[in-house]
Amino acid sequence: MKHCLVVDDSSVIRKVARRILESHEMRISEAENGQSALALCKQAMPDGILLDWNMPVMDGFDFLSELRSLPGGDMPKVVFCTTENDVAHITRAMRAGADEYVMKPFDSEIIASKFAEVGLL
Amino acid sequence: MAGPRDPQGTSMTPIQFASLARFLKERSGLVLGEDKRYLAEARLGPVARSRGVASLGALVDLLARGGDLDLAQAVTEAMTTNETYFFRDGAPFQRLTEEVLPKLIAARAAEKRLRFWSAACSSGQEAYSLAMLLAERSHLLKDWRVEIVATDLSSDVVNRAKEGLFSQFEVQRGLPIKLLLKHFVQEGDRWRIEPALRQQVQFRTLNLLRDFSSLGRFDVVFCRNVLIYFDDVAKADVLERLSRQIAPDGALVLGAAETTIGLTTSFQPSPGRGGVHYRVPEKTERPVIAAAALAADRPPLSVVGSAGWR
Repeated sequence: MKHCLVVDDSSVIRKVARRILESHEMRISEAENGQSALALCKQAMPDGILLDWNMPVMDGFDFLSELRSLPGGDMPKVVFCTTENDVAHITRAMRAGADEYVMKPFDSEIIASKFAEVGLL
Repeated sequence: MAGPRDPQGTSMTPIQFASLARFLKERSGLVLGEDKRYLAEARLGPVARSRGVASLGALVDLLARGGDLDLAQAVTEAMTTNETYFFRDGAPFQRLTEEVLPKLIAARAAEKRLRFWSAACSSGQEAYSLAMLLAERSHLLKDWRVEIVATDLSSDVVNRAKEGLFSQFEVQRGLPIKLLLKHFVQEGDRWRIEPALRQQVQFRTLNLLRDFSSLGRFDVVFCRNVLIYFDDVAKADVLERLSRQIAPDGALVLGAAETTIGLTTSFQPSPGRGGVHYRVPEKTERPVIAAAALAADRPPLSVVGSAGWR
């Protein structure tokens, strides 16, 4: 069973994402900001990370930069999931090491499509 | 007509329903069974309202009188399914990339020409997926003439496809973000396919039940999730005519739930996922349309009359 970490400061989004990913038989962990997510990754690196951009304490972009510098931090497939829907943000995320990008709002088909694209489904 | 027992005006008498089913069958090949009555009521209600017709029954009566081509087109378009997304199902495009295309590129090295047809293209995602797939392999196709023809019964979706403008939801279904960045331009909250790819695809309205021989010969035809709506006679007829439009070493790609088995011997299913079917060499071809028509106790579709509906 693949392990996915859902990182978002909105508990509603985390709940929705959890439900979608669990329906694809993934094991889910949650974090409400980049710093908590980083701590979880240091304990056990997940297979995939669904990552919000704007969060308190540590945002998604800073988290991604930190993650990729960790030992084994290049392994998780990172799918950004954010309201930052312009080309500049998408390009910046991809250059920082994101594997896919979901523009909010999303639905279950979009999440499944993106996770399939990075080989997690 | 709408009344106390049918305040929404959505019911049809059995005769009207049969009349509607006959119209759809003859015009588009769509088989409308009693189990799809709810679908007809849901989709045709808005058509009736937009034309100021009091009930669905009255709309069908109007249709049966014939002569109103706009109404006939509106009803057909409302009843056809246009579900599509970029690189739908994945496997057909993977098979095309890994197996079909390399063979064709080797076989056409001298003439340097390839033709693709996205039959029933809906709003264009399949045709543009092909265009992107080929653009990603442009280094193999330098100085080649590559054509993509895309057709659909519905003029509405063909016009949408020509626009090449997609919602944020549409560009996130099946389309990798790297291809979105590479081949689309953002316009507000929508995304437009780049002009070079847009110009590579020729879109037109076409009914697969009518003669399509003027489109010429193709190397690969995508005809996915269309035949499932037809009865066996119509399926066999379309497949037989498709076989005449596909090069002897070309391929037909069908939907995952579709097959040629029992309908034609002109195609051989290729093992594996993706719905790839290869043409069978001419000498072993044995059209089964006549047999299928006999089994159904009626003439082949091409000679079925459609008086009153044109």
